[in-house]
Amino acid sequence: MKYLFAFVSGLFLSLGASAQEVSPDVLIKNVTSEVLEIVRKDKDIQSGNTKKAIDLVEAKVLPNFNFTRMTQLALAREWKKASSAQQKVLTDEFRTLLVRTYSKALTEYKNQTIDFKPFSLKAGETDAKVRTEIKQSGGGKPIPLDYYLEKANSSWKVYDIEVGGISLVTNYRDSFASEVRNNGIDGLIKSLQAKNKASEAIAAKK
Amino acid sequence: MTKTLPTRLKSLTLAAFAASMLAGCATSGNPKDPIEGFNRAMFAFNEGLDSAIVKPVATGYDAALPSPVRTGVTNFFGNIADVFIGVNNLLQGKVPEAFSDFGRVAINTTIGLLGVLDVASDAGLEKHEEDFGQTFGRWGVGNGAYVVLPVFGPRTARDTVGLILDLKADPVANMDPVRNRNALIVLRVVNDRANLLPADKVIEEAALDKYSYLRDAYLQRRRNLIHDGNPPREVEADAEQVERPVVAEAEVPADAAPVLVARTESPSVK
Repeated sequence: MKYLFAFVSGLFLSLGASAQEVSPDVLIKNVTSEVLEIVRKDKDIQSGNTKKAIDLVEAKVLPNFNFTRMTQLALAREWKKASSAQQKVLTDEFRTLLVRTYSKALTEYKNQTIDFKPFSLKAGETDAKVRTEIKQSGGGKPIPLDYYLEKANSSWKVYDIEVGGISLVTNYRDSFASEVRNNGIDGLIKSLQAKNKASEAIAAKK
Repeated sequence: MTKTLPTRLKSLTLAAFAASMLAGCATSGNPKDPIEGFNRAMFAFNEGLDSAIVKPVATGYDAALPSPVRTGVTNFFGNIADVFIGVNNLLQGKVPEAFSDFGRVAINTTIGLLGVLDVASDAGLEKHEEDFGQTFGRWGVGNGAYVVLPVFGPRTARDTVGLILDLKADPVANMDPVRNRNALIVLRVVNDRANLLPADKVIEEAALDKYSYLRDAYLQRRRNLIHDGNPPREVEADAEQVERPVVAEAEVPADAAPVLVARTESPSVK
């Protein structure tokens, strides 16, 4: 009976959450605290188990990211040179790369605290920046960690993350462009695939 | 050791120049990086130096010292740096920030036990990050060419000039008993490197080509710092976005200046 009650109320709450629009700052806050809570309790992730961190990221973080948009931003003017099939492959490979990077960063998490900066959003706005700050355990100036979100179909999705002013997405722009210039779109796809395979091989060895 | 340090640096530079000659002029035609062949050679040299000496020492240091001690070391050097951070804020016309920096030094040097405790941050005086390169940038000096310096690593032409002034002004580098000075410099380098250890693995995971990844990260970071964390969002290079109207303000293309000599521009800071 107790279980049934929990189930029904859980269902009710989750329905409530999806019916009501979640604002960007609340979304980031919820996902951050949920993910870090899990990492704090998980000894495997803390000791560098990337595979487990990837599973966590895929379950909790990915649904809130717009990878097509990210890939498009990273490719900038090269995006239009790719056929839609190539765009799909590029997005898949870039997603793998970013997920690995993000997961790796989670395994390096050592109980730093995250501060959320004041957030405001004008009515009708579809582009938002949520600012947070990581307090470092070794002291020193906190590292800014900013999320850029875009609203599509009444839900907010992250399309860029900046760490200390360095965008994890657009930082690839120049190297992607020079790869395309030298070896074409297929060359870029190949080098992304090679990178992902190599990372996978390293992870498998551990 | 101390007297030969500059000579050593000089010979290292010469060796690296020679290496870059051998490496030829491999460039990918990036206008921000006209001397890529040289830079890649220097980057490889720095990486070698790091993996042979600096990183192992920093790793040992990180493992040996408890986190509060490392925090104390970081704070200690941060307090010394705050003096010229304040000076640079003054030079940039940011008077309230400058007074906050000098206030930080006063509080942390006294109540914070010679800077070991950063009580000023707890009191709400935020730590800033400024240097002469940023001051020049604020004054409108463009990046100039990207250059990888031996030992010091990534800079731009402008930031190289800034670095020379930073070193001239650095209280630690100008300390009188040379032995103490050297010990402090080594401690600072090792501590700074130890603070970067977690980033290593993430960069390894992220970068298709570590050289260009770090180059572009450096350039983005500097741009962000010059604008104190609020740079105008970069216009998406004629990507003709249909989904999202680009509202970013027109960007002064100083960042892309393909010239070796830093050129002057009208101040572009908003």
